[in-house]
Amino acid sequence: MKILTTPRMERCIGCHSCSLACARLVHKQLSWDKAGIRIRSTGGLSTGFEAKPCLACDPAPCAMACPTGAFSQRKGGGVVVRKKLCIRCEACARACPVDAIYLDLSGEPFVCIHCGRCVEFCPHDCLEMLEVPARATVDDGRKEVRP
Amino acid sequence: MIRDHFRVLKVDLSTGRGQIEEIEGRNTFGGGSGLAALLFSRMGFSDRSWEDPEQPLIFAIGPLTGYFPLMSKVVCAFKSPYHDQYAESHGGGRSALSMRFADLDALVITGKAKRPSCLMVGSRKLEVKDVHYLWGKSVQRTGQMLRRMAGGSGHRSILRIGPAGENRSAMACINVDTYRHFGRLGGGAVMGDKNLKAIVIVGDESFDLPAGKEYVPLFQKIYAQLTETTMMDKYHNLGTPINVAVLNGIKAMPCRNLQRTSDEAISGITGETFAERTLLRNTACSGCPVGCIHLGFVREKFSEPNQYLYRQVTYDHEPIFAMGAMLSVLDAFQVLTLLEIAEKEGLDVMSAGVALAWATEAFEKGLLTEKETLVPLKFGDAEKYGRALKYLGTAANDFYRLLGQGTLKAAQQYGGQDFACVLGQEMGGYATGEVFFISQALGLRHSHLDAGGYSYDQKQKGKDAAHAVEFLVQDEKARVFLTSMVSCLFAREVYKEAVLAECLSAVGYGNLAENVDSVSRRVQQMRWQVRMKTGFDPESVKIPERFKQVVTWKGSMDTNYMDSLQKTYAKRIREMAKLEERSSP
Repeated sequence: MKILTTPRMERCIGCHSCSLACARLVHKQLSWDKAGIRIRSTGGLSTGFEAKPCLACDPAPCAMACPTGAFSQRKGGGVVVRKKLCIRCEACARACPVDAIYLDLSGEPFVCIHCGRCVEFCPHDCLEMLEVPARATVDDGRKEVRP
Repeated sequence: MIRDHFRVLKVDLSTGRGQIEEIEGRNTFGGGSGLAALLFSRMGFSDRSWEDPEQPLIFAIGPLTGYFPLMSKVVCAFKSPYHDQYAESHGGGRSALSMRFADLDALVITGKAKRPSCLMVGSRKLEVKDVHYLWGKSVQRTGQMLRRMAGGSGHRSILRIGPAGENRSAMACINVDTYRHFGRLGGGAVMGDKNLKAIVIVGDESFDLPAGKEYVPLFQKIYAQLTETTMMDKYHNLGTPINVAVLNGIKAMPCRNLQRTSDEAISGITGETFAERTLLRNTACSGCPVGCIHLGFVREKFSEPNQYLYRQVTYDHEPIFAMGAMLSVLDAFQVLTLLEIAEKEGLDVMSAGVALAWATEAFEKGLLTEKETLVPLKFGDAEKYGRALKYLGTAANDFYRLLGQGTLKAAQQYGGQDFACVLGQEMGGYATGEVFFISQALGLRHSHLDAGGYSYDQKQKGKDAAHAVEFLVQDEKARVFLTSMVSCLFAREVYKEAVLAECLSAVGYGNLAENVDSVSRRVQQMRWQVRMKTGFDPESVKIPERFKQVVTWKGSMDTNYMDSLQKTYAKRIREMAKLEERSSP
């Protein structure tokens, strides 16, 4: 299993191409919010940029908090998302320790699904898909569903 | 959001209220430059002073903003304190995407706030906030405090002015997100006059992608062109400062108040030197993977022993020309130090540098004394220039207040008009020859970016005024369409007419896509019409003697050719403005 990592954020130029690519290709949106990766400055533009990515927790607090199974544990870390099961309770976002889940106005959550489609849009190679061992999890066997 | 009209937020600072107006004209004017001219023609007052509170300050994006890479600029339009005529200034940073995601095609600000204020807008936000405590604060400090006060970090844009704007200097810029600017023609003074210290635009909306299958693959194709080919190398690598050594090499770099066109010691301020010695990193406007913004550093020993602070300063060719070559300050770190002071004051660095170059020569010639300049200005003396910049930004005395209204205005009072390097406004960093000089002097924005006159000078050998003017008019037309989309002009080699039509079609603007040529022509004409109505007289523009004495790699200037270019271009400008009058409903 691979997960998205952000090992070289010191190189980030703040172009938001990754967020825009995720929104465009995964969520079919023109947005810099509705994306699994979002960029902000680390206290003003003079201090560079940071990403707010999902860290691929295993076990994932957001999946454990989800009362409906809309978020379930993904092999290798992170979550598998089933949008149809989501009741907009926002428990996932509250549970995330690193603020990696964006909630839109209706409470719909947007989180990284570790598909890696943003990686090729980073002009400075800040992002990288990393192979991690797939651990057996509570949700083993479930099929990943993309939103 | 794709829509067949413009969604415009009009805010009246005197009441703190605003309203959304749906304005027709998408297929006629596109957006950006076209939309700004349309809005000024409807909401501006050609016959009233720029200081009239009812005059609008306009910010406009285009139909492709945010939809494609490098569609990352905003057009700002206003009646300029510099010449009291219609003006456009362009800026980037996060402003374009913030406006897109605030779901505004344009923001129009009228009225005058009762107290120093900050306007905060978003897709669900409109607030005019009293920020009297920020008045007098530098651009940087204002930015720091507003970052804490406003939400939406990373997805917002903070536009603000410094002391220069508060003092209504016609050289006051509007700073955008620390490292970009609506630099020229005094937009900062328009904000200052409206008691508007800052504007925060929060981009907090999202939109469904355009229907149809063309959009995503077309984005991919253009993105690849911009990032995988060498097309944008110049901007990504050394950036625009690559021009410093090149222009110096062909004797076309304005140096020492244009007394020379090259300097033997230029190596201290070339793009190569800046990169090797001062470059910290690059950064980008939102939506642009090129990252042309170059950040250098200055280190300052503030006390013994070994107590330092450092600052990050953005540099480009034009700032290096103005604060370096023109002032004979030929050390990269000294140039960055001056740029940083100008940034804090909220001064347009190009105008300020050229103004101080004139003041230095006037001081040398005895037209000015220390009573006026407060410091003995001397070419190459960066420390004195640092102090002078503060005096200019704060309008420290009558002389600096007048100089801040324009170099020629000061020269009219103190003498030295013949060596004031003014072409409509303080010159850009190209001494390439007659076509550039006339192009800037008569161009709508008085900018080196109005048309490629500098390029024409370098490529064409003949002196056919009609041919040169035709080039300027056609090049301006193409650029005007780009700035109606609103593209960064650095992408002009990628976004040719056919590609733009493809982009427009892919997002659902089929009508615009089919009429690129006619819309370009209409917007070009409309802008000229608006400019002429506010009093522009292209025949009366005087080219100062200094420009006629320039010697480049081609030799001396041909003043007859220059005259002929001016007459021919002025005639074409008048024709364009008239054509628009006839075609108006």
